[in-house]
Amino acid sequence: MSEFRLSRRQFVHGAGAMGASGLLAGASTPAMAAGVTLGIVYVGPRDDFGWNQAHAVAIKGLKAVAGVKAVEEENVPETDACSKSMESMVNLDGANIVLGTSFGYFTPFMVDLAKKYPKVEFRHAAPLWDGSKHPKNLGSYFGYLNQAHYVNGVAAGLSTKSNKLGFVAAKPISSVLSNINSFLLGARKVNPNAVVQVIFTGDWSLPVREAEATNALVDAGCDVITCHVDGPKVVIEIAEKRGVKSCGHNASQAPLAPKGFLTGAEYKWETIYKIYADLVAKGQALPNMLAGGYDTDMVMNTAFGAGASEEARKAATSAIADLKAKKPIYVGPLKDNKGKLVIDKAYDNYDPYLDQMDYLLEGVIGSIT
Amino acid sequence: MNDSLVTTVLIALLGGALRVSTPFMFVALGECLTEKSGRVNLGLEGTLVLGAVSAYATSYHSGSPWLGVLAAGCAGASLGAIHGFVCKLPRVNDIAIGIAMMLFGTGIAFFFGKAYIQPTAPRLESISLGDWTGNLKLATALQINPLLIVGVVTAFVLWWAFANTRWGLLVRMSGDSAPAARAMGVSVDLVRFLATVAGGFLAGVGGAFLSLYYPGSWNQGLSSGQGLMAVALVIFARWNPLRCVAAALLFGATGAIGPALQSVGVTQGYYFFNAAPYILTLLIMVASAGSQKAARDVPGELSITK
Amino acid sequence: MSDNAAPLGQIHLKPSPMRDALARLRRDSEYIAIPLLALLISAAAFSLFLLAVGKSPLDFFELVHRGGFGSAFSIQNTLQRAAPLILTALAVAIPARIGLVIIGGEGALVIGGFTSAAIAIPMIDHAPPMLTLIIMALAGALTGGIWIGLAGLLRHARGVNETISSLLLTYIGIAVMNFFVEGALRDLTNPNKPSTKPLGDAYMVGKIPGTDVHWGFAAGILIAIFLHVLMTRTTFGFAARVTGGNPRAAMAQGLPVGKLIVICCALAGACAGLAGFFEVAAIQGRANASIAAGYGFTGILVSFLARHNPIAIIVVAIMFGGIVASGGLVQRRMDLPDATVLVLQGMTFVILLVSETLYGRFAFFRDDAGRDRT
Repeated sequence: MSEFRLSRRQFVHGAGAMGASGLLAGASTPAMAAGVTLGIVYVGPRDDFGWNQAHAVAIKGLKAVAGVKAVEEENVPETDACSKSMESMVNLDGANIVLGTSFGYFTPFMVDLAKKYPKVEFRHAAPLWDGSKHPKNLGSYFGYLNQAHYVNGVAAGLSTKSNKLGFVAAKPISSVLSNINSFLLGARKVNPNAVVQVIFTGDWSLPVREAEATNALVDAGCDVITCHVDGPKVVIEIAEKRGVKSCGHNASQAPLAPKGFLTGAEYKWETIYKIYADLVAKGQALPNMLAGGYDTDMVMNTAFGAGASEEARKAATSAIADLKAKKPIYVGPLKDNKGKLVIDKAYDNYDPYLDQMDYLLEGVIGSIT
Repeated sequence: MNDSLVTTVLIALLGGALRVSTPFMFVALGECLTEKSGRVNLGLEGTLVLGAVSAYATSYHSGSPWLGVLAAGCAGASLGAIHGFVCKLPRVNDIAIGIAMMLFGTGIAFFFGKAYIQPTAPRLESISLGDWTGNLKLATALQINPLLIVGVVTAFVLWWAFANTRWGLLVRMSGDSAPAARAMGVSVDLVRFLATVAGGFLAGVGGAFLSLYYPGSWNQGLSSGQGLMAVALVIFARWNPLRCVAAALLFGATGAIGPALQSVGVTQGYYFFNAAPYILTLLIMVASAGSQKAARDVPGELSITK
Repeated sequence: MSDNAAPLGQIHLKPSPMRDALARLRRDSEYIAIPLLALLISAAAFSLFLLAVGKSPLDFFELVHRGGFGSAFSIQNTLQRAAPLILTALAVAIPARIGLVIIGGEGALVIGGFTSAAIAIPMIDHAPPMLTLIIMALAGALTGGIWIGLAGLLRHARGVNETISSLLLTYIGIAVMNFFVEGALRDLTNPNKPSTKPLGDAYMVGKIPGTDVHWGFAAGILIAIFLHVLMTRTTFGFAARVTGGNPRAAMAQGLPVGKLIVICCALAGACAGLAGFFEVAAIQGRANASIAAGYGFTGILVSFLARHNPIAIIVVAIMFGGIVASGGLVQRRMDLPDATVLVLQGMTFVILLVSETLYGRFAFFRDDAGRDRT
């Protein structure tokens, strides 16, 4: 699951800078990393071609730091099972760093655990940590994937002939909505006539309904399909079978669509985990908030596929450069698809206001419930 | 070309009925056979999943999706054999065994299936029935898989066999009144065992459809209760193979309502539209139950209806 | 002390209270010996499986012990995992006594949990916590009871098979919860995990003092005992069991079969609804999609394994809790996928269920062992 919410803008930049300086600082001493046991908890299977896999693959770098022992547990639901798993890692495995990779682990589970075990560092993959409310041994890290979806949108906007783009979404939570809206804005930047049609399946992993949704979108005239579900494999494969173009999500689905793949929105969790690894190797503390997007190299787009024309590639690449230069995506005035003005000015890409998103912008066909 | 809302939704319903119904059909037919002989196999959800992974893995290694379908059937038959063998021991509750087998089958499938999530296996091809219509959407909806035809034919065969062959009579007698069957010298246990094995085979083939055709992928979320629901559909169909086909088609069609409506702009309340198959099935059951005929259709020996 | 003249070559034992007690003990020990034997066999079978995939069975059992029962932390982990299972298993056991197979506990849990969270919304910060929690619990039990009671009513009034109707109601219940939790009742300060308004620490069900296990576990045990007494020692329970054995005879006797069916189903739903209340008030602090964690479905198996006996349900639920609690440790230490636990559960439960057939087969446990052999 990939959802996030920011609480303090300054932490993002401050922590990002600290992280970067950590990288530049010195060589790591393996001896200091001895005695570090890393506990990692996944909400689904590690090989789901999506969210969990992205974490599992990226964490390999962290696990490889000399002297670090890692224990992993997968398929841990967002119930007290998560508390018990993490506690078990602390009590029975001696974990001193615990990473929780699913949104629903934070409240109340990781918050309570952080209070109960002040000597253990807990980090969570969603921007929920608030210094004024939460203990200091807890923290957050994440990447703003909507920036990569914006780039997807730019490529899609120039690849569509029908001007209809399809989006298969799981649940209408704010990070999914931000991905949809950013996709639209990216498409409209290069193609003002583009519209995005969204179908909500209702849950994170429902292959049959995702297949139905993809077919329904193609039947409705969409000729570029993308998605935000835990395992995009089905959506991309069916889009390819129907002969339409596709954009990926979470992991690289390029091999699944040899003809129609444009690009994909991927997290670059390696960046964050590498920062953590270097700090751990030097025996230093982990930052409480470590987040960013293109400007801090925490998200990326999959290499362009065969479906991407030269024009689309150029535009997408230039959009990436814009994002690296921190150009804002949400520039007002923008209305939602019910007519209300929701974006009144240009918002910095990390503005907390954007994390409360509960609307679909005008140009998106779909509704939240 | 009339592209009205209604037409789009109707075409989507047709496509859904043809695409999504097949696994339900196979599992329901398999369970229908098993229950007609007097045994309940709730473990078909596990059989479905194990069939799916066996089909995918076999297809990947051998390059032949049809071999995968066969492998899926055999895997299903093996689970059915365990179930059938174990349930004939006295005092063993078949409902409980079924649930335990569901866990076992799912566990084995996920355990060995981890290696097959990444690779891409050759899939089953479809037959295009609708190219003559000239309407692209209708043509896509009418793309069917040979397994659907196999399923429907199987249903007819079962229906005819139940009524007209000695074998069908044996099955029905074992299911309606075991003492009467034994009095005729029939080994009720053997009949039920074979019926359960055959039921497992069919359910396994249903799983092959999921992983090799639609959605045509293997991962751990592939079936979310479809096998269990298909077992329930047998009750809904009152143990008649033809009605099983109808129930599966109905279920598949209503399953397509949610996405179809959203695609034409009816975007509110999609949770309820997604629950349409269950709501509709319940309403139909309430409306049609309570009749004398319904009471007659129940196999007398079945533990969930005694 | 004059016995009857015993025929030559035969032992004639004089009956005595001591011997009777011993005989009873021997008979009843069957209920422990056979499951124990089954567990040993399934341990052996699973060991074979582990060897086949290249893992060490010894490691595995050591980890199960350590993760499930080997320390204070592990035991409490086990008990906490068992807590919802007791209630959801009761939701299957009670209708089973009256002859119905209800598998809709998951739906009643979700509806009960959701209702209790919804009813709390106006009361948070306005009403005293204890009162709020009591009302929430009642609301959860009531709506859960209605949900399954409906299945029972449909069965009695229209002959609709309760197995399929309760299953359908489960999916419908989950849809209802999702619709409201993501729409009208959504807590807007939590945009990324659609939930109802959080209860806040003051309004949550706490842990049993001195332990790390929430009160839901104690509630489950108390309710199990209560229902056991209800079903075995009251007229109501007797009437229900008679109906379960032979509905037609019961009707002929003039028993109010319809009322009995609906009440039993309502009790079942109330148990599951209460489990939902505890998920909301003791674990999550709000209603959201995570309360549908499959406890309802697991409860079905727990109940069948316990042969629908509420006291046995407590034991089986704890066993389940132990397996799940140690499953995490097994995953981590032995680098086995999560599916391993499913295989273990499946194997163990099939073998346990098959062992039912061994009752009465061993002469040792039979009544006539040790007495006259003529």
